[in-house]
Parts: sequence; structure tokens; C-alpha cells
Amino acid sequence: MALSYLRSSSSRSANLLRPLSSAASLRRPISTDTTPITIETSVPFTSHQCEAPSRSVETNPSELLTFFRDMALMRRMEIAADSLYKAKLIRGFCHLYDGQEAVAVGMEAAITKKDCIITAYRDHCTFVGRGGTLLEVFAELMGRQAGCSKGKGGSMHFYKKDSNFYGGHGIVGAQVPLGCGLAFAQKYSKDESVTFALYGDGAANQGQLFEALNISALWDLPAILVCENNHYGMGTAEWRAAKSPAYYKRGDYVPGLKVDGMDALAVKQACKFAKEHALKNGPIILEMDTYRYHGHSMSDPGSTYRTRDEISGVRQERDPIERVRKLVLSHDLATEKELKDIEKEVRKEVDNAIAQAKESPMPEPSELFSNVYAKGLGAESFGADRKEVRATLA
Amino acid sequence: MGALRDCQVDARQTEDGTPLPPRASSIIELLFPFFFQKREKKSRGEKMLVVRKKMLGQSLLIRPAVSVLRSYSSSAKQMTVRDALNSALDEEMSADQKVFLMGEEVGEYQGAYKISKGLLEKYGPERVLDTPITEAGFAGIAVGAAYHGLKPVVEFMTFNFSMQAIDHIINSAAKSNYMSAGQMSVPIVFRGPNGAAAGVGAQHSQCYAAWYASCPGLKVLTPYSSEDARGLLKAAIRDPDPVVFLENELLYGESFSVSDEVLDSSFCLPIGKAKIERVGRDVTITAFSKMVGHALKAAEILEKDGIDAEVINLRSIRPLDRSTINASVRKTNRLITVEEGFPQHGVGAEICASVVEESFAYLDAPVERIAGADVPMPYAANLERLAVPQVEDIVRAAKRACYRSVPLAAAA
Repeated sequence: MALSYLRSSSSRSANLLRPLSSAASLRRPISTDTTPITIETSVPFTSHQCEAPSRSVETNPSELLTFFRDMALMRRMEIAADSLYKAKLIRGFCHLYDGQEAVAVGMEAAITKKDCIITAYRDHCTFVGRGGTLLEVFAELMGRQAGCSKGKGGSMHFYKKDSNFYGGHGIVGAQVPLGCGLAFAQKYSKDESVTFALYGDGAANQGQLFEALNISALWDLPAILVCENNHYGMGTAEWRAAKSPAYYKRGDYVPGLKVDGMDALAVKQACKFAKEHALKNGPIILEMDTYRYHGHSMSDPGSTYRTRDEISGVRQERDPIERVRKLVLSHDLATEKELKDIEKEVRKEVDNAIAQAKESPMPEPSELFSNVYAKGLGAESFGADRKEVRATLA
Repeated sequence: MGALRDCQVDARQTEDGTPLPPRASSIIELLFPFFFQKREKKSRGEKMLVVRKKMLGQSLLIRPAVSVLRSYSSSAKQMTVRDALNSALDEEMSADQKVFLMGEEVGEYQGAYKISKGLLEKYGPERVLDTPITEAGFAGIAVGAAYHGLKPVVEFMTFNFSMQAIDHIINSAAKSNYMSAGQMSVPIVFRGPNGAAAGVGAQHSQCYAAWYASCPGLKVLTPYSSEDARGLLKAAIRDPDPVVFLENELLYGESFSVSDEVLDSSFCLPIGKAKIERVGRDVTITAFSKMVGHALKAAEILEKDGIDAEVINLRSIRPLDRSTINASVRKTNRLITVEEGFPQHGVGAEICASVVEESFAYLDAPVERIAGADVPMPYAANLERLAVPQVEDIVRAAKRACYRSVPLAAAA
């Protein structure tokens, strides 16, 4: 699958051709052309307490096609999750990211797997961007053993520590201090990497965010706070929740940048800029102006607090995938048919992953008691009827 | 020594109900066991001793509080709980670069209660970090650092302030290993004084043992003596799981005898094992932290009335050493639980339930609970005294359990 191997440290390094054996469903290899192209972002960056980076972004055909494919995959994955939820194969909470794909994809293009990412509960696509597989996603959503958290976490608790993806957090705002802690550890270990702590416009008002930002600024931590501003905190529009919805300015003495979050290239440029800044000067805030097509979660139709016209308007004017499609076509990097083929292929990949996930069994009952501790010390644990069900924790 | 390093302990004591002597922690204890049974009294009866503290390069004079003199072998040293904690932190920071300390006033101020004295000078500002007064922020940062492989020791100036950070302790730390099916272990220690101090009022006196111990994924430790403080803090720092380490401000200055084994830098106590501080036959008294001292004093008083109390120092509230407690109750048939905190849904309630579930047939009397009063802590000294368990309360409860609520006539 494209995502798992095309994650290189720089978008300009040569990417390997996908081995033909695993390209069974692809009729032609993705372009590996790394000839640089310069493209302007949709809008210039707006900055606070710093000088904005240039709106001319260096990219190449390979990268643009990767963007297209990855975003198409994420989009399809989220739509499929919607259907699975309605079919009651996914339970509980399910927060979908469709519309916001450019943030996940643009960010990955600017950083390495040594950099850390932590986000809240709208984490499926971020997980995939870090190298998680579709099988792990769907199996986890359906509570199966093949899930990334072996079925024990659910939609909001995806993790991939070997790619420095730290979840997957259900408590609004908690991930921001945690992310600053990741940055602390990176600085402590002197490994020249940074942390991106993502949060929404709803979480932007959390006190702990400002506590963590204060400490990060005091201690010069390489922490990048990324506000994915989709303009609604559940059902509350940003103007009803924040006295100042200029989230990129809320850091006061901490510099900030406002970015068109529907433009993957702008996201990439901003993240690259932020990484350089954080390594030298400490924390910075990025506000990604983005949009979610779905409601807050699958329990929310998403249309009681915003108009359908607004939703379809954004889809028409600002959809991230369409933007890249237009770029690819206008620069003659692929034909319409090729792009449609990619979408078909992606759809098939998603369907296959779902089928495979459905085959995966639910966890064994004994898994109820596993991983309570890393080191259980032989402590006892109990089921609902402790005379009936007890366990010794390893 | 190997056993110490691995923090192993032998098989449970008194499993079949027959009394076994408490496990000796030094050769001296083995040779002179009777000197070591009433730990509390012994520590107050020392001659003046000078203890050299290597890490701070200064000597500490310890004055006896009571004039009962005992002579000891020259290898028995005295150490305050404060020094025990300080030395444990020092040694663990020295042994593992990933261990660091974070909290309010832990650095330049030398620690609000001087527990971290000298550590900033020794390890520098990268490893001993003074934080702003923002518990939610710095606890979250510490948990994030633990996610990424460091081993933070977070100091709460008192555990009352931990409530500002409790979401990170429970939701970010305790549950992560489970939710991630083992990917995200959190080797963090949250430590600080817990429970009542003296005259600090309602918002500064709560005991959090029951709250934290109810949460799967946490380990909750409650040291009493200096040996406990050293051994359990070292174990906590080495443990890969989140540990809530509940100290007691009033114990910081208390001195206890420590053997050479305890002073060794590899010393470690097992998590999840209680200690029988005083072997007895007639009634079991469980206690933790400061209340262990009260329980031991109560046992001495009870002895004069012909009641031989067994005092268990829980040391670990989670995991709770149910087997030691039950084995003891099966021997004595009577149980008093003692704790400082609020009674409802407290540690004693859990112990009582455990004993009723596992050893009901062995109980000859209802389980008695001694706990803090069911009120916010008052300030006035007389009311405060009424709000915290006193030795007389424990004695009275033990007598009730032994059906001796009327004091016996003087023994012959």
C-alpha cells in the first residue's frame, strides 16, 4: 500500500517503485517523477509573532500523486466506516475525519517517523498517515483481535508507538500537555525531533493547553500545537465558544501561523516551517483552517447547527482531494482516467480490508485481564462476580 | 542480595494459619528479634547517633524523643523518612539517566518539605525541574514524557492538588497500557504528602488512598517507616506502571532504624506485599502510613490488657495484599481496619469485604473500621483531634472485637 512505504524523510528523495508483486490491483505504477515543481498555496499564510513562510511550495509529481492517493484512501476509509457504523458493526463513538485529510497528509510530507504526533479522538486518518494499515483500522473499529489495539481500545484509542504516533485520546484537550511531554522527552534525549500535538477549536479553550504552552515556552520544548479548526466544537460554532477565535494568536508570546488546512501543500509548508522553528526557538502554534463533512460523531447528523449549503459549499470550493486532482490534471501529471483508476483501486483496497477485518475474531475472554499493567506482579483481578471470575495478572 | 534486587519476597506468611515470625530484614533482626517487634517505640528510644549522609556531605543529629534507652549493635543506623526518600531518589536518578524529578519547588527551594534537597545541585536543571503552579499542565507533560520512554517522578506538593491533575493520572496514565493493548506503558511515579498534616484545614487534609486504589492500572503505595520509604520508592521508580506514592508529612521527620541491607543502593521492596509489623494472636489490626504507628501504640496498650494484637502494615493499597490479611484473620479471627481517610468507600471497606468474602467462617466478631471522621477536616485543634483516629479509638475497637469493652482488672 502506498502509504506504508512512501513515507520518506524528504518529499524529494527518490521513492521506490512499489514492488510489482503487491501491485496486483494497480494497472500502472504511480509516477516516481521527482522533478521539482513549485506551486502556490491557495492563500498566503497569516502569521503572529513570526515571519510567515513563502506561499510557494516545492513539490513534485510523485508527491502530488501520493497526496491524491493517500487522501482518496482516507476518504474512502471514513465513508466505509460510516456504513459499518450504520450496519452496527462499529459501536460506541466514531468520529470521522473526511474533509480534513489534507492536514494528516500534508503533515506527514514535512516530517519523519522520529517526529511524534498525538491527537484527540478523530484519529483514524492520522493513524493511517503514520503507517497504520486499513486492516488495523477496521478491525479495531469492529473490536477484533487484528485491530491496532487488539480490540481493547476502539475508535478513539489507536496507537502506533513504533512510528511515534501516541494516540488517540478521548478527553478533550488532554493530548496537548501529553504532546508537550513528548517534546520534553525528545529534547531530553537530544534527538532533534519535534512533536505535533493536534487539537480542535473546541479544545483550544482548555486551560491545560495554556498551562502546557507556558511550560513549553519556558523550557523551549520542540512542541508544535496544531489547532485543526473545523469551526465547530461538537455542535457549538467557534464564535459561540471562543471570545477570540483567532486560535493562531492565542499563544500570546508564542508565535503562530494560520494555514489553509484544505490545501495539503500549504499544510506541508507550514509543518516544515514549524519544525525548523520549534527545533530552534521552542513552541509554535499552527491553526489549520479545515472542515469536517460529517457531524461531530456518528450520533450527530451535523446539520442542526450548520446548513447543508455550507457543507456542500465547502465541498465544492475547498475539497482537498479535488484541489490536488485539479493540480495534477492542470500540470499534466496524470490523466483523469488514471486518477479514477486510483480511486477505484483504493476503494477495492478498503473493501478487501473490511472483508479481512470481518474475519478477525473478537478477543479471547482472557484478554479482559491482559495489559492492565505492564508488570502485573501476580496481583489479583476480578470479574463482575468475583467468586466466579478471577485472574492473576502476569 | 539477588533477591533484593529483583524485589522478590518469599511465599506468603501464615498461609495455613500458623503464626510465623515476621520476615527478618537484617541479620541483626534474626539474632535479636525481640528488639525489632515494636518498631515505633524502638525508634524513639535511641541513644544519640550521628548518621553521615554521603550525598549531602553533612551529618544529621538525631535526638531521642523518649528516654527509654536500648543498646544496639553498631550496624543499626537511624534514618528519617525524609532522608530515606531523598536517598532513594538520589540513588535511582544516579542509576538511570531516564529518571527525572518534576514539581513545584523541588529544585531551587530544595523541596517544599526538603525531600529533594541537594538533587538540583547534583543532577542539574535538566533533571530536576521546577514547575509553575499548574498541576494539570505539568502532570500531563510528565505522562507524555513517560509515553516517550522517560521515567518521571512527579511531586505534588500535597495530594490535594493532585485533583487538578487527576484526569492525567487516571485517563492518560493508568488506562493507557490497557487501551493500547500493551503498546503504551507509563513508567511514572506521582508522589507527595497525603492525608492530614496539623491544622491545615479541610482543603489540605484529604487522604486519597481509596480514590486512587480503586482504579485498575494504577499501583498505590503507602510507606510508613524509613525502610518502607526507601524500598517502596525505589520499587516505584523501577516499576514500568504508573505508581501513586502516598507519603505523610508528619512522618517525614520521624526516625527509624535501618539495616545495612536497607541502606544498600540496590535495596528494593516488593510492590503488593504487606508487612507484619507485630505478630499477635488475638486480633488483627491493618493500617497504613501514619496509622501504623498508632496501631503499634494501641497494640502495646492492648498487651497490658491481655490482648495480643497483630499489626499489619499494608505498604501497598493496590495491589492489596489480601492473602496476608486473610491469613492473619484466619489466625486471630478478629479484624480492625485503621485508616486516616474518609470512612465511606474507604480502604477499610475494601478489606472488610475481602475478608468477608474469603474468610467469613473464621470471623468471631464483626469487622471494625476505624477511620477519619465523616466530615471535612476542621481547623480547631480539639475538633481536628476528633476528626482523626487516635490510639484510644483503635484500642476501644479492638476490645469490642474481643468482647472486652469493659477493661479487665489489672493482670496478676
